[in-house]
Amino acid sequence: MMVRSLFFAQYRDMAGAEELPVELPEGASVGDLVSALRGRVGGLASLPPKPVVAVNMDYAPLATPLREGDEVAFIPPVAGG
Amino acid sequence: MGTPHAAVTAEPLDAARLLADCVSPSDGAALLFWGVVRAENDGREVAQLEYHAYAEMAERQMRKIAAEAIERFGTGDIRVVHRVGLLEVGEASVAIAVASPHRGEAYEASRYVIEELKRRVPVWKREGYVEGEREWVPGFTPSEAESDSGSTAGRPR
Repeated sequence: MMVRSLFFAQYRDMAGAEELPVELPEGASVGDLVSALRGRVGGLASLPPKPVVAVNMDYAPLATPLREGDEVAFIPPVAGG
Repeated sequence: MGTPHAAVTAEPLDAARLLADCVSPSDGAALLFWGVVRAENDGREVAQLEYHAYAEMAERQMRKIAAEAIERFGTGDIRVVHRVGLLEVGEASVAIAVASPHRGEAYEASRYVIEELKRRVPVWKREGYVEGEREWVPGFTPSEAESDSGSTAGRPR
């Protein structure tokens, strides 16, 4: 299945992209996506092992199972206001 | 009342309009929180701030926080607008309007909304310093307990 990974702020600087499509086996979790991204050559290797993520715009634990087309956003510490 | 209004915008914020839009005949007070870009942060002179947002999620989170505040403090309407893009010193980055039958609840609700916004709304800022460097401002790490299914309404303040 394909999921969309979105990157913001520091994580966007690491990824060198706003968005990356990632192919994962059926039944993969957010944690599996994190491992896949951290295993890539380049800046994403320095993504934290337990980053804050939102799945389809809702904060979600790493154990969350993913489905085809899910939007997984990697959220570095927030600094609004 | 429907869902509270929240927006992420690249346009300058309009305080008068935000206040006027949130007041109804049952209200006796309205408050505006107006967050502005400060010229100095942690001892460094700031020339400008660049705000980024995960806009659609930020709007959802701000609506949710406003709805929590309305329920918790019994205020009237609450409206929240966050600016993105390049802001100069003195420009407003966030505006929160709270209307209420009575002033006490309005003050409490306004404080609740800005504190929660800083904790969990996906917005980031990069400071541009007078001496030329740019850095992401360190922030708060949101908790997964902020998910729509996790209740935050009962959390002690």
